[in-house]
Amino acid sequence: MSILLNNISKNFGQFAALYDINLEIPEGELVALLGPSGCGKTTLLRIIAGLENPDAGSVALNGKNITDQHVSNRGIGFVFQHYALFRHMTVFDNVAFGLRVKPKKQRPSEATIAKKVHALLDLVQLDWLHDRFPDQLSGGQRQRIALARALAVEPSVLLLDEPFGALDASVRKDLRLWLRHLHQELHVTSIFVTHDQEEAMEVASQVVVLNHGKIEQQGIPSEIYDHPQNAFVSKFIGQTNVFHVEKEDSQWLEHAGIVLDDPQGLIAHVRPHDIQIEKAQKPEESPIILKDWQHLGATIRLELSKVQSQANAANHIVYAQMPNEQFKNLNLNRGDHVLLQIKQAHWFN
Amino acid sequence: MQKHQQKLNMRQSHVIQGFAPTLGLTIVYLSLVVLIPLSTLVFKSLQLTWDEYLNVIGNARVIASFRVSFLTALAAATITSFFGFIIAWVLVRYPFPGKRFLDALIDLPFALPTAVAGIVLATIYQPSGVLGQFLQDTFDLKVAYTPLGIVVALIFISLPFVVRTVEPVLQEFDFTMEEAASSLGASRWQVFVKIVFPNIFPALLTGFALSFARGIGEYGSVIFIAGNLPYVSEVIPLLIVTKLEQYDYAGATVIALTMLVASFLLLLLINLLQMWVRKRSGQL
Repeated sequence: MSILLNNISKNFGQFAALYDINLEIPEGELVALLGPSGCGKTTLLRIIAGLENPDAGSVALNGKNITDQHVSNRGIGFVFQHYALFRHMTVFDNVAFGLRVKPKKQRPSEATIAKKVHALLDLVQLDWLHDRFPDQLSGGQRQRIALARALAVEPSVLLLDEPFGALDASVRKDLRLWLRHLHQELHVTSIFVTHDQEEAMEVASQVVVLNHGKIEQQGIPSEIYDHPQNAFVSKFIGQTNVFHVEKEDSQWLEHAGIVLDDPQGLIAHVRPHDIQIEKAQKPEESPIILKDWQHLGATIRLELSKVQSQANAANHIVYAQMPNEQFKNLNLNRGDHVLLQIKQAHWFN
Repeated sequence: MQKHQQKLNMRQSHVIQGFAPTLGLTIVYLSLVVLIPLSTLVFKSLQLTWDEYLNVIGNARVIASFRVSFLTALAAATITSFFGFIIAWVLVRYPFPGKRFLDALIDLPFALPTAVAGIVLATIYQPSGVLGQFLQDTFDLKVAYTPLGIVVALIFISLPFVVRTVEPVLQEFDFTMEEAASSLGASRWQVFVKIVFPNIFPALLTGFALSFARGIGEYGSVIFIAGNLPYVSEVIPLLIVTKLEQYDYAGATVIALTMLVASFLLLLLINLLQMWVRKRSGQL
C-alpha cells in the first residue's frame, strides 16, 4: 500500500526530532530511510507504525488517514532492531502470536494457524527450529524469525528498524540479498531504517536521505549517488574528496597542477574513482606523490599527498580509486610522483 | 562421566577461582545458622513416642490454630501479591512527583518492630479506632480481634517482599516486546496477559512464597491484633509460646516441627511450580 506523510513534526522536549516531513512512498517499493544516528529516521518509522505520535502532520495509508489509529489496528508489520521476540514462547508460538490474538470471528483454526506458521518458517528457511526458544537462536536466526512473525498477519506495510544492525558482517551481507529477494517475491511495501549507505544502496529500490530531522534527498540509489543535491548527501553517500575552491585549497590545486574547469560553486566534491592518475616521468612534473594504498577487493584505494606539506599532511590527502589491474599496469611505488586529472566534480555552495 | 568432566572444566575456566573455600564456608555457615538449630528441634521431638506426638498434634485447638495460621497467611500472601504487583508496576513504569518518598515507604514494614506495627494496627482497627469504627458502621465488619485482623497485620509486614522481588524484573523487562505484540494486533489486555504477565510470574511467585513463609511464622504483630481466641484467632507461633510458658517443651517442639515440615513442603511446592513455569517458558 502507498504511504503518504504530510508535514510531520515531532519534538522531544526542546529537541526537534523531525521537522515538517513530507514523503510519498508508492506501493510495492523497498525504501531505505538513510541517515546518521540521531537524524530522526527511527522516530519517523515509529510514527508510521503508530508507536509514536507526531506533534503535527498526518500519516495516510492508501489514501486513508490513520494518524489517530492505535498501532494494533494499523495492519503494519514491524521488525525491531533487537528483534523483540517473545522470550517465553517458542519460535512457533512467536510466529503464531499475531494470528492467535485476532478477534474470535476472524481467528483461523489451530490447524490453519499451524499450516501458515510452518509455511512462513519455510519461507525464512528455519522450520527446523520451530520448537526452540529465542534465547537458543543466533542473531541472524532471530532476525528471520522476527520477520516471519511480522509477515504472519499479512501486513499492508512492512517496517524494519536497523534490520541488520546487530549482526556480524558476513551474516549481514547474506541477509541483505535475502531481504531484497524476499521483497521481490512478496511485493509488500517496505521501509527499513539504516545508517549504512552501502546497505541502503544495495537493498533499496528508493533511498530517502535524512539529516537533522529533515529530508535531504529522495530517489533511486543511482540518482542519489550520481546527482547528490547537496553537500551532505554527497559526503554521506560514498567517499568523496572535498575541495574548498575559494580557500587555501585552490592554491593547493593550482600548485598541484589540477585545473577544475568551469567552477560552478565554492566547494567541489570529487569521488575517488573520478580522479585519473598517471605516473610522472620526472619528479618536477608534479608535486604530488603516492603516499600509501589499500586493497579493497576489486579496487585499490590510493592515498595521495603533496611532497612538502608534511606538517599538515592530514588536511591534504586526496583519495583516488581504480581497478586492481589498472593499478598494476601503472607500476607505482610509494613516493612516486603522479599526475592527477579530475574527470568529474559535484559543485556546492 | 563426560558431563562431569565438562562441569569440572567449566569451573576451572572461571576468572575468580575458589570453589572449595566458598563452598566450605557456605556449608559451615548454613550448619551453624540453620541446620544445627533445626536438627535440635528434630532430636527434641524424637523423645516423644508416635502416640504422644499424635496426641499433641491431634488436639482440636492445635488443629484449629494450624488452620488459622495457614489460611490467614495464604490470604495475606494472595492480597499482597496482587497489590504489590500494582505498586511495583507504578513505581517502575511511571514518573511522578513523590515517587522516591513512596519508594522509601515500601521498606518501612521491614524496619519497624513488628510489635509496634501490631499495636498501631490494633489501635486503628479496633471498634473504637478510626478505621475500625468506619468499617463497623458501614459494612458491619469487625477487623481487630478476628482472623481478619491477622490478615491485615500479615499484609502490612509482607508488603516489601512482593514489591522488591517484582520490581527488578519489571525494570529489566524489554518493553519492545509489548510494542511488538501491539503491532501484531494484540489488545492492551492481551499484551498484559500474554506478554508481560508470563515474564513477571516467576518473580511474583517468589514474592508470594516469601510473604507466605513470613506470614506463617509471624508472631509479634499478630498477637496484638488477633485477639488470640482459641479455635478462632489463635496462631501457631502463639500456641508454641503458650506451651513454652507452661514448661511443655516437648509439646512446643512437636508443634514447631510439624509447622516447619508443613511450611517446607508448601515452599517446595511453590518452587516446583516456579521451575515448571520457567521450563515451560524456556527460561531454564
